[in-house]
Amino acid sequence: MCLAIPGKIEMINDSLKGLKMAKVNFGGLTKNICIEWVDVKVGDYVMAHAGVAISKVDTQEAENSLKRLDAILSDFNN
Amino acid sequence: MNNRFIMGIYKREVKKEHVNALVRKIKENISQPLRIMEICGGQTHALLKYGIQELLGDKITMIHGPGCPVCVTPQNIIDKAFDLSLEKNIIMTTFGDMARVPGSKGSLLYAKSFGADIRILYSPLDIFQIASENNDKEIVFFSIGFETTAPIHALAIKYAFDNDIQNVSFLTSLVTVPAALKYLLSDRDAEIDGILGAGHVCAVSGYEDYEKLAEEFKVPISITGFEPEELLLGILNCVNLIVKGEHCVINSYPEVVVRKGNEKAIGLINEVFDVFDNNWRGLGVIPKSGLIINKKYEHYNSALRFKISDKDVIINVDCRAGEIMRGKLQPNECSLFGRLCNPDNPQGASMVSSEGACAAYYLYSRNIVNLIGNRKDVLF
Amino acid sequence: MINMDCPLEEKNFETIQLAHGGGGRMSQKLIERLFYPEFSNPYLNQQHDGAVIPIVEGEIAYTTDSYVVNPIFFNGGDIGDLAINGTVNDLTCCGAVPKFLTSAFIIEEGFAVSDLKRIVASMQKAAQKAEVCIVTGDTKVVDKGKCDKIFINTSGIGIIPKGIKIHPSMIKKGDAVIITGAIAEHGITILSERGNINFESDLKSDTASLNKMIQYLLKEIPQVHLMRDPTRGGISSTLNEIAEAASLKILLEEEAIPVKESVLAACDLLGLDPLYVANEGVMSIFLPKNKTERALEILHYFEEGKNASLIGYVLDSNCVPQVIVRNKFGTMRVVEMLSGEQLPRIC
Repeated sequence: MCLAIPGKIEMINDSLKGLKMAKVNFGGLTKNICIEWVDVKVGDYVMAHAGVAISKVDTQEAENSLKRLDAILSDFNN
Repeated sequence: MNNRFIMGIYKREVKKEHVNALVRKIKENISQPLRIMEICGGQTHALLKYGIQELLGDKITMIHGPGCPVCVTPQNIIDKAFDLSLEKNIIMTTFGDMARVPGSKGSLLYAKSFGADIRILYSPLDIFQIASENNDKEIVFFSIGFETTAPIHALAIKYAFDNDIQNVSFLTSLVTVPAALKYLLSDRDAEIDGILGAGHVCAVSGYEDYEKLAEEFKVPISITGFEPEELLLGILNCVNLIVKGEHCVINSYPEVVVRKGNEKAIGLINEVFDVFDNNWRGLGVIPKSGLIINKKYEHYNSALRFKISDKDVIINVDCRAGEIMRGKLQPNECSLFGRLCNPDNPQGASMVSSEGACAAYYLYSRNIVNLIGNRKDVLF
Repeated sequence: MINMDCPLEEKNFETIQLAHGGGGRMSQKLIERLFYPEFSNPYLNQQHDGAVIPIVEGEIAYTTDSYVVNPIFFNGGDIGDLAINGTVNDLTCCGAVPKFLTSAFIIEEGFAVSDLKRIVASMQKAAQKAEVCIVTGDTKVVDKGKCDKIFINTSGIGIIPKGIKIHPSMIKKGDAVIITGAIAEHGITILSERGNINFESDLKSDTASLNKMIQYLLKEIPQVHLMRDPTRGGISSTLNEIAEAASLKILLEEEAIPVKESVLAACDLLGLDPLYVANEGVMSIFLPKNKTERALEILHYFEEGKNASLIGYVLDSNCVPQVIVRNKFGTMRVVEMLSGEQLPRIC
């Protein structure tokens, strides 16, 4: 229902006065996104929906998910 | 960090081996046929686009839920937006998918052909630039969405309030998932063995409400993402819970979702909106399922600022969108599907946007049977 | 040409006025000052009401197209070179060698003359590159607000070499489908530069004339069955058109379709499918399977064709028309003709 995609914080700025904003890189293109609701610094990843970061991506959990996929895969290969 | 999974936008880098392993694992774990409902239209779209139902085989039937906010926006509100957009001095703004959904009079894009100034925006926050460039005009944002989008509308409304921006207002049709889910689950005929929770909704709302529902209706819920591996991982977790007979919530999308959700966003929803009994296109009125701008911010409610008449709308009685959205019928089982009803001429809620179950079926799986038979080996 | 104009008028030549399209002295001056020097060629310089061009033997291809793009200047091009390249490519699709173009302008009163100069210069540059002459034209000016800045129509004539027969009916079961470049970049660039949905990227329109490359290809492989440039509606709509015209079942391999990463990212951000997004500098080519390798070799030799790829085959002819896309997991979906304009979505 809700299109959200991950992007990397490139620069924190004030592109909309009064709100915490940041330039976010989405796979090579950049857009100003509101980061009012997430506690982030440059280099962090966020999920952006309709111009606002709705959550910070937990990279440790992402690694865990990947490891789980690899484990399922190696189960079958052995 | 490995960009492949999180930067899931690089779909081409999705590993075929991972997908195949997940599918095999899911199939291995099932003994009897299961019915799993994905709530979210984005998931319906992805399931069909990637042919995941085809990969899973016939032991799992994916039931498509009502999770497309564009689809469930009632026709009388679209008609209001239509009428308002044709008033003098109005700039009507909204999301691209909402602009093409017809009410009883037609869509906002149709209103544009009568001279309405309709602008497609990526974010409700973009309204402020238009407002500052058009001091003499009233800018209306047609605000639709679930919990994911609702706080963004709230943010824009509060921003207008705090900065005393007078020439903007919001025509809202905002709905919440748990209320609708409760309504669907209360219907015993639906026969749902497990549920995929919508990852991005839960990124905002968290999943405490879902824990109550899982307990009350004895059905496991797996909070799930949108890429092929994420979907399959969500399905695998859901299947495992069903097999074990556990009725709880599992977070299959922990890189994005936490139990409590985004508390700042939830706070903003509570600050700006009241809960009310909302009308869902295709489903009817569902108790406590909607959000409406509260007293403090009512100055920014377009429905109050402008006098717009509200008329009931007659719908095609043959349309079975309601049953489809309750998971009782698959889209191609409706007699209108693909004939009287198609994306160019939608009859019901689930055909009006590409995220609706009927439209997704129409786009991706119409005539898929007999496509090329067993000739998968002819190429490359 | 001797300049006999009053210097006072010269000062007022910053914006286009209604009189510039009125057919009188102002019109004449605009043509002589702005169009003739730039487009100069023997046919145009005859200064007739129309161009007088020599008759050729055999068949000619004849096409027309109107250009109304917004914004008129965008990264990678403008409405001017788009208008030349588009018509050149349409002639090329017919198997023709493009020769003569016409250009008709409808300009909004108040349009900046400097912008018009820039557009005309870019048209001439594109025409030179494609080796075509702009042989006649027309200018009309409409009241402010009656058109959006500038509209351009170009018509074109090309000569079809002997032995070339390009037609949907030529397509055979088993034919290969080649795409000459990465898709969707033009449409995404235009979208990104429209006021309301701006983002920054290195994307630029792929607008280019493809006639040189295709002529080279046809010289060596005259057996090419069909070419079509997938402009509005993207490759999905174009291939559906072809499938319908010749009752074909076409199968595409999604992984083989070249798309730039930043284009994919933009598509994900806005919820668009690159298969439905417009192109201005790529061509889809149907040809016998055994010519595929050589065709790709030739295409790769050109800058415009460096990403050329084999993307699918014609599975069946004389059947229910259908375009099917198979993804890397081996599952399939049907792609349709675009219904309306693709709009950014949130859900």
